[in-house]
Amino acid sequence: MTDTIPVRVWRGGDAGAFQTFDVALRDNQTVLDIVTDIQRRQDPTLSYRFACRVGVCGSCAMTVNGVPRWTCRTHVAKVAAEGVLTLEPLRNLPRLKDLAVDMTPFFDKWQKAGGTFEGRKTRDDAVDPVKPGSRARKAADAAIECINCAVCYAACDVVDWDPDYLGPAALNRVWTLVNDRRHARRSDTLDKAAQSGGCGSCHSQGACMRHCPVGLSPTESIAGLKRALLFSLLGGRL
Amino acid sequence: MIARHRRDRAYLAFLGHRISGIGLAVFLPLHFIVLAEVLSGEAALDSVLAFTAHPVVKAMEWLLLVLVCAHLIFGLRLLMLELRPWRGRGADRRGWILPGLILALAVGTLAMLGVV
Amino acid sequence: MSERSLIVLQRLTAMVLAPCVIAHVAVIAIAFRDGLTAGEILGRVQDNVGWAAFYALFVIAAAVHAPIGLRSVLVEWGALPRRMVDIVMAAFAVLLLITGLRAVFAVVWGAP
Repeated sequence: MTDTIPVRVWRGGDAGAFQTFDVALRDNQTVLDIVTDIQRRQDPTLSYRFACRVGVCGSCAMTVNGVPRWTCRTHVAKVAAEGVLTLEPLRNLPRLKDLAVDMTPFFDKWQKAGGTFEGRKTRDDAVDPVKPGSRARKAADAAIECINCAVCYAACDVVDWDPDYLGPAALNRVWTLVNDRRHARRSDTLDKAAQSGGCGSCHSQGACMRHCPVGLSPTESIAGLKRALLFSLLGGRL
Repeated sequence: MIARHRRDRAYLAFLGHRISGIGLAVFLPLHFIVLAEVLSGEAALDSVLAFTAHPVVKAMEWLLLVLVCAHLIFGLRLLMLELRPWRGRGADRRGWILPGLILALAVGTLAMLGVV
Repeated sequence: MSERSLIVLQRLTAMVLAPCVIAHVAVIAIAFRDGLTAGEILGRVQDNVGWAAFYALFVIAAAVHAPIGLRSVLVEWGALPRRMVDIVMAAFAVLLLITGLRAVFAVVWGAP
């Protein structure tokens, strides 16, 4: 007889309800292990998303006991102190079925934010060296490891309140681009960051940086974009 | 109940900044209109100053002082976050929030009491 | 006005407002401490161009700053359409500017 934990899982789309499963507890069990256990042993119709299981692909994020998390690197023992797990799909995205959300708006806004690199050189030119110790490179470094899991997007209240807000991840990406000295269209990129629903909509509540599973700080990146806008004023751009 | 993703000082700072801002935005036109109306003569101003002796009005004055101080301090924190590159721990200036709130309450109270 | 201008103006006016607010709170505290009457307050500021300039700057900065902040509140918490909010906030800025400058004029030079 093994110990079990009651797991409340959201079933259905926008209209739906919680269904409770009792799942056997194991050592070093992750929340993703729990979901997989339910699908394999109790209900094969349970829908959820995952790929790598090791915190690289960013596809398994869900709401775990009210907090957005990457489930593959979240240990049950750490988050189920009260002996219950409640699993819901990510907030702020359309619910498809069970624990899977439609990520389209998240990636559409990524495009709208204009985080697309454009180089100056061709393949015939010599490689443009980026000094690892330079200020811009360090700023980009601090923001560059995003895995597109949308945990920050789910944690952000402004995303919830303002459907036009581009969100922390997309703007964080723009900040890395602004700091890339090889990028040919820095000024245009900054213009896009200032669009309606852009960096001006962030109020530094900091939920994105508190919840980011890989320890990035989109709040800091967006503050950097606002600072860049202010300094661009000195160059006569308003 | 406060949702879990909001349980943080930085959220308190956001709420404090926003609510004080709304309060000040509502107060400002009233403040301007009353000032202009009563300044036709000093006697009229004195009658307004007598009106401000009422405890409820005193409480409102105190609240406004606290609101304007809180909005200033939380605003300075945001300027700090936005104007300076973040360096190391504490760069998010979370440490300013509770002392800032206490300072706003203290300044408002001391100014009202005529101590400062 | 572009979103970019509003973002920048909100920060620039904040930098103007911060010292203004500190000075204004100090004026209020001194008035409370000394138990000033209306006559004494007016005596200090009347016909003083320095005070007039200070409070005019204060009013102008506040008239720009407050509507931009309130605009975010109305979009996010009021769930109102942006265009409508922009029109209402432009009107609010004009209202603050007119009533505010009128109040400064009344304080420094008597009845408008």
